[in-house]
Amino acid sequence: MKNKKQILETAVHGIFLILGLITVGCVLLITVYLVISGIPAIKEIGVINFLFGKEWAPTASEPRYGILPFILTSVYGTAGAVLLGVPIGFLTAVYLAKTAPPKVKKLVSAAVSLLAGIPSVVYGLVGMLVLVPAIRELFNIPDGASLFAAIIVLAIMILPSIIKMSITALESVPKEYEDASLALGATPTETYFKVSVKAAKSGIAAAVVLGVGRAVGEAMAVIMVSGNAPNMPSLFQSVRFLTTAVSSEMSYASGLQRQALFSVALVLFLFIMLINAALNFFLKGNKEG
Amino acid sequence: MKEIEKTDSFKSVVFAPSARRFFKEEKQDQKILKNQISGKRRAFIFTMKALMGFSVILTSALVIFLIVYVMIKGIPNISWELLSSKPSYTSDTIGILPDILNTLYIITAALVIVIPLGAGAAVYLTEYAKNKRLVSVIEYAAETLSGIPSIIYGLVGMLFFCQFLNMQKTLMAGALTLVIMNLPTVMRSTQESLKTVPQSYREGAFGLGAGKWRAIRTVVLPGCIDGVITGCILSVGRIVGESAALLFTAGFAHALNGFFEGLGSSGATLTVALYVYAKERGEFGAAFAIAAILMVLTLLINLLADFAARYFKKRRDR
Repeated sequence: MKNKKQILETAVHGIFLILGLITVGCVLLITVYLVISGIPAIKEIGVINFLFGKEWAPTASEPRYGILPFILTSVYGTAGAVLLGVPIGFLTAVYLAKTAPPKVKKLVSAAVSLLAGIPSVVYGLVGMLVLVPAIRELFNIPDGASLFAAIIVLAIMILPSIIKMSITALESVPKEYEDASLALGATPTETYFKVSVKAAKSGIAAAVVLGVGRAVGEAMAVIMVSGNAPNMPSLFQSVRFLTTAVSSEMSYASGLQRQALFSVALVLFLFIMLINAALNFFLKGNKEG
Repeated sequence: MKEIEKTDSFKSVVFAPSARRFFKEEKQDQKILKNQISGKRRAFIFTMKALMGFSVILTSALVIFLIVYVMIKGIPNISWELLSSKPSYTSDTIGILPDILNTLYIITAALVIVIPLGAGAAVYLTEYAKNKRLVSVIEYAAETLSGIPSIIYGLVGMLFFCQFLNMQKTLMAGALTLVIMNLPTVMRSTQESLKTVPQSYREGAFGLGAGKWRAIRTVVLPGCIDGVITGCILSVGRIVGESAALLFTAGFAHALNGFFEGLGSSGATLTVALYVYAKERGEFGAAFAIAAILMVLTLLINLLADFAARYFKKRRDR
């Protein structure tokens, strides 16, 4: 009898162990698949030609597979989005975490949550029909679908992550710090920006990194507003990101072109892994500091 | 007794309603300003306040604009015909009933699979795992999963489920891809709720002679229901909004199918349909109608998540 019970316990333990390891299995699966399917094309094209080639023309008579335009576009696009989105998100977070009256805080927080929940295709659609024509009119260019449009859409899309994470960081600043600063004669506003923000700086850094991750990985909204031509990045030109390079040609590509797309995904994955590592670093700093 | 009263009144001073606090701060600022501090400091305070105000107003205005714009453009295009039919080439009409059903199917299938997996992983982490290293590996894996962009899920889902397991582009392949995507969400929220099950419950069960599995089944699992539900709501929100991961795994057919038949065939969810109508067919009317529906769904899911969080907190405090 006892033996039976023990067997049951071991079996259940085993089942739960397997369930626990599924997450690890999934990460391994994704990594292995991307590496296996991404390496062959890189080998065939050559690392230097692939990463630093300035031309992407897989269907030309002399096909070229350079993804430097995609990499640079992703980097510039993300940098632009962060440049626009971080200050706005950060300042909103300071206001909501420190000085907002409860009702305002509740309302704006709900609005920010909504912003986080809106599907990316909806951003893409609105961007396509409002932002793109507006940019065309405003800057007097033939087509408004450009890096600039993508930057604005991305900046809006990363706002909620930045705001939410910064609020969490700012709210966990010990009240004593702020009290001490107030007692020393600083005004509340000075206290928030010079004491609270400094104390929460590692959490805020994590928020920025999280935003970077979101921006690098976004595909659908960007594909709808960026024009999607594989140009070297320029603010008012049609561009293609790493993510959109994968999604725009995947449906019909074959042969080396298809394999090259897997390699693009591998490069994107490496970027994301770096960003994740940075995020973990800052989060750990937040816990300890 | 007196002491309690004292602390209470003390509280009401310190934690005065924030509106009042706000004005008090304002006054405090002004008072200090009157007592004269340098112009440089005054300029700093003024600039920061102005910038904060500007940012908050900009953020709120953006949200309001998005809601109002999508609703104004979308609601006139929503008709009973649109909601209750499938697209037809012969009469050149668009119907989104198949897309609505596909969304429901994929949500159901994904949740049915992800709940046991995610909850099981959480149970392992909180109840069984003793090896700290293993725990941190699993948690790191979950964090990594939640940082991977959906386009990569789509690609790997296509390679693994559609090609390697030979499932072709089907809703099931899409649902399985979404399972991997939402695994960390369900796992984490279940973990949070398991942490709130008091240790004494477990000890009580053990004390009455229950084995580990029995204790988990009777005492621990009932305690994690709220976490599972919260995880489900979050996952539904994510699935409803997902498009990049589904484009290559679930395809974009608009056929009207039953549940099991549907899972075995290709189909577009609402978001994918929106993308196809807007980007590839230029049918902006239908696209905005779907966008308006998605907006309402997002709003509802957010409200539900809020409500659930408050309800569970109240129940726990009691």
